[in-house]
Amino acid sequence: MENIYLTIVFAPLLAAIVTGLFGRQIGRAGAHWLTILAVALSCGLSLYVLKGIVADGDPVFNGSVYTWADIDGLHMEVGFLIDRLTALMMAVVSFVSLMVHIYTIGYMRDDPGYQRFFSYISLFTFSMLMLVMSNNFLQLFFGWEAVGLVSYLLIGFWYKRPTAIVANLKAFLVNRVGDFGFILGIAGIYFYTGTLDYSQVFQQAPTLTSQTMQILPGMDWQVLSVICICLFIGAMGKSAQVPLHVWLPDSMEGPTPISALIHAATMVTAGIFMVSRMSPLFELSTTALGFVLVIGAMTAFFMGLLGVVQNDIKRVVAYSTISQLGYMTVALGASAYAAGIFHLTTHAFFKALLFLAAGSVIIAMHHEQDIRKMGGLRKYMPVTYWTAVVGSLALIGFPGFSGFFSKDALIEAVHLSQAPGAGVAYWAILLSVFVTALYTFRLLFLTFHGKERMDRHTREQLKESPLVVTVPLVLLAIPSAIIGWFTIEPLLFGGFFGGSISVLPAQDVLARLGHEFHGPAAFVLHGIKGPAFWLSIAGVGTAWWVYLKNPGLSTKISRRINRLYELLVNKYYFDDFNEKIVAAGGRAVGRILWQIGDEKIIDGGLVNGTANGIGWIANRVRGIQTGYLYHYAFTMIFGFAVLAAWLLLSG
Amino acid sequence: MNYSDFLLSLLIWVPIAGGGLVLVAGEQRLTAGRWIALATAIATFLLSVPLYSQFDSVTAAMQFTEFQPWIAAINVNYHVGVDGISMPLILLTTFMTVLVIVAGWEGIKSHVSQYFAAFLIMEGLMIGVFAALDAMLFYVFWEAMLVPMFLIIGVWGGPRRVYATIKFFLYTFLGSVFMLVSLIYLYLQSGSYEIMDFHKLSLGMNTQLLIFISFLLAFAVKVPMWPVHTWLPDAHVEAPTGGSVILAAIMLKMGGYGFLRFSLPITPDASRSLNGLIIAMSLIAVVYIGFVALVQRDMKKLIAYSSIAHMGFVTLGFFLPFAIYSNTGNLAGAVLGMEGGMVQMVSHGLISGALFFCVGVLYDRMHSREIADYGGVVNSMPWFATLMVFFALANAGLPGTSAFVGEFFVILASFKASFWIAFAAGTTLVLGAAYTLWMVKRVVFGDIANPKVAELTDINTREIIVLSALALVVLLLGVWPDPLTEVMEVTLDNLLQHVMESKL
Repeated sequence: MENIYLTIVFAPLLAAIVTGLFGRQIGRAGAHWLTILAVALSCGLSLYVLKGIVADGDPVFNGSVYTWADIDGLHMEVGFLIDRLTALMMAVVSFVSLMVHIYTIGYMRDDPGYQRFFSYISLFTFSMLMLVMSNNFLQLFFGWEAVGLVSYLLIGFWYKRPTAIVANLKAFLVNRVGDFGFILGIAGIYFYTGTLDYSQVFQQAPTLTSQTMQILPGMDWQVLSVICICLFIGAMGKSAQVPLHVWLPDSMEGPTPISALIHAATMVTAGIFMVSRMSPLFELSTTALGFVLVIGAMTAFFMGLLGVVQNDIKRVVAYSTISQLGYMTVALGASAYAAGIFHLTTHAFFKALLFLAAGSVIIAMHHEQDIRKMGGLRKYMPVTYWTAVVGSLALIGFPGFSGFFSKDALIEAVHLSQAPGAGVAYWAILLSVFVTALYTFRLLFLTFHGKERMDRHTREQLKESPLVVTVPLVLLAIPSAIIGWFTIEPLLFGGFFGGSISVLPAQDVLARLGHEFHGPAAFVLHGIKGPAFWLSIAGVGTAWWVYLKNPGLSTKISRRINRLYELLVNKYYFDDFNEKIVAAGGRAVGRILWQIGDEKIIDGGLVNGTANGIGWIANRVRGIQTGYLYHYAFTMIFGFAVLAAWLLLSG
Repeated sequence: MNYSDFLLSLLIWVPIAGGGLVLVAGEQRLTAGRWIALATAIATFLLSVPLYSQFDSVTAAMQFTEFQPWIAAINVNYHVGVDGISMPLILLTTFMTVLVIVAGWEGIKSHVSQYFAAFLIMEGLMIGVFAALDAMLFYVFWEAMLVPMFLIIGVWGGPRRVYATIKFFLYTFLGSVFMLVSLIYLYLQSGSYEIMDFHKLSLGMNTQLLIFISFLLAFAVKVPMWPVHTWLPDAHVEAPTGGSVILAAIMLKMGGYGFLRFSLPITPDASRSLNGLIIAMSLIAVVYIGFVALVQRDMKKLIAYSSIAHMGFVTLGFFLPFAIYSNTGNLAGAVLGMEGGMVQMVSHGLISGALFFCVGVLYDRMHSREIADYGGVVNSMPWFATLMVFFALANAGLPGTSAFVGEFFVILASFKASFWIAFAAGTTLVLGAAYTLWMVKRVVFGDIANPKVAELTDINTREIIVLSALALVVLLLGVWPDPLTEVMEVTLDNLLQHVMESKL
């Protein structure tokens, strides 16, 4: 089996290296064939592994590949843990990646950096697989930072654009803030368990519940709470949770396939995956779970609202992604890890679909991304339109679509949760259903329906995108529509994850939800009676009324609620705060330390001061040597007198 | 007689002899001189390989030792040998010198033969510093090594080279003088200049404190530690590329090496009582210097400040054991921290060396180090941009590169000492990325900023060889550090045991 795992991971890496270094030699076709074959191989083998574990009952694999370093009794190894959670993630990652590889052939057709792009996305696939397949914290951190690196390279892919190279720097730094917490969490794990190996850490976790540490004098904190919150700060960076979400909307500066692959379907879900993987730790700290719950709920609601006021087609989808990541995070906080992963899976399909559909629109519009300049595209691009409709229905959780199953189950689970903050979180994510429907259909209506607002030149050239673009759309639309029917029962209530996720019986909301579950059809019927469904219908209705039936109404409304509108348009002033306080503050501190600390005090005071001081003393001492004999004679007599007086007096 | 019996002597004297040959060849036979220099450097590097391959990593004893009486009257001997601390540093020296010779192949226009000779002679002397087991021999190499460096900065340096050289000289000389006094005192106490005898020497607390402080002055200046670091940015800015590379890659390591070879084992009790001071200075280096690096306008200054911040991890790692012991009551994690410091030394040598090479490549073409003069270099120099971005990311401590290894070890170990030490050390993740990648953004990325950038030619084969050799090693050590950590562990473990035993 180990060879299969190695092939899954290293095929994309090898393809990335060859394409990156010898792109010119193998040419454009060589680049896409090589990387697509490698990722297809990974995808096929991942599905084979998933089938083996789910259908044939293959045992969990936990083994090391090689010893990275071995110091002081700490074995640091590179190795794989392949259980049900990992197998599912591998399948999702490699499948979406494969779709994006194929789509890229069309989207990047005219780009001079064609080979480089394929090299990067294959490198990304490798990094992401390393992350999810790891059996230890070291490799997890490696994968964690490696996906961040590729994200950095890809956001800045069009390196001539000033906005792109600001966005990628911002993305990297904000993620580094998260990683700072993450590495402290890992250090804490090493401190209290003496190992970085998952299975050994989880084994020892129950013994840590009684231990406390003092970070601030006089305050005892539970060790596991500190560790879990530190780890979760890492997840907040990667999975764009408030207040570390600021990089994700800007990351839309990268090419659209990247927005779909990295910034919607896979990398941003790394945080969700990580917390689920660490469920044996998080379960033991209600403080940490409460923290997770509150952050997730805030993200889901407040970031959803921002989607309503955005006019850039990709940014709307980006804020939607942040909001949906908030949903997943809420599920984690409510101990419904399986529901979080379930939503992650369905979201990966329908959000990748929506991004690729947006990309298809952008191709047709000649890289115009402002939805105010679109409209009526439905008749020009039927495939894009209908697949976008499927994606939108899945996103708002329309009964029967994949997003419905995952979102409704998630909301119900939070409703049942007794965790601190669960009550508020429930209302936040329920209201977010309305918001989600509103921004989703606003986008759909403004883009595909209503008046055609583009200029004549663009309109004359509007046409459906080529097959390499539409085929991935269709292939993603199918699971977006139907995958929920087959997966909800096994994933949430059938014990799919087995031992890979552990939940304390008292906190197991999904188990309680499972008692009321009588098959997917009944779940759909039950959903139609619930508040979430009606809220989403209300959202669609509002979008229709405001943006399609009465265009112009939205401007009036925004004038009416001026203050709130300003707040939303300015994204709650997070960016201003970061630019004016954090970044400018950091530079100011640097200047003060440099010009005052280094140049004035150390160089001016100590170094030159010492030199000047020596010079000053030398000057004074030189004054004594006047060259006049009577000066010397007088000094001698004076000295003699002092000496004689001293002898006499002391004698 | 086996060649490994005098391997270290070969490593010290072959490059010095080679340097002499290059001088003899002179300016008239430049081509010959260049090839002699390259051949010498490569031969020295090849000679140093058995040092690793034949190294016995299960013993902490000195290996490849040689002993010859030198000045019998005061019991000074020519005694050399290596252990797990010095061996990797010697390999680093021989490796970097080859690259410096290759990198200086065309760029230097005046006194070319003397330039190559200076580097070769300096190589031998630096290897002597790491190999010396006799304190007086050590001191001689320690001081002698500075002479070629002064010349390199003073002759081939930039416009303010005289100021920089004098500052460098005053700083380092101030430090070494006190060290010499301490070494003589230790000789008077023990009757020998054997460093290993110093280790065993029993000393009172006050004596230890005085000796510790005098060593601290010498080594802190070399590292350099905050607040005696201000000579480094000036020296780097004025030094020619090769000088900067050797300064950053090897010379700074002498300070770290000194702490391990002298301060900790000779004055363990003073080290214990003053460990808080060293840790504080190290953390100030990481945080304070990180902020200072952020606002630099000159690329070389920025990398110089980045060096100081990264060397903070070295001293932090070395002095963690005491704090770990007082916090947890045992020594688990202490070797990890020291090993982290050692790996950081090697890694920093490679990465900061590489970054100085990168700046040198740009300087050779544009004659400017100002960040503001650049922008969009990637458009005209794609291969160079790839390598520079790689080293920048390595400098930011990306996992998979050697820089991550040392920082990771030190952060893990420092959590054992205190949450807040780990917290302060961890800020490098953000600060290091901020100053390095912001520079990369302004220099490498973006549209072509001015016509001069548009005319830049990409790196040639020679430059590609130098930079990719460094990149390969950085990557290899990042993906698989075990071959490096394995040879150091027993030595460091033994050192730790020794340091934790009180001499009082």
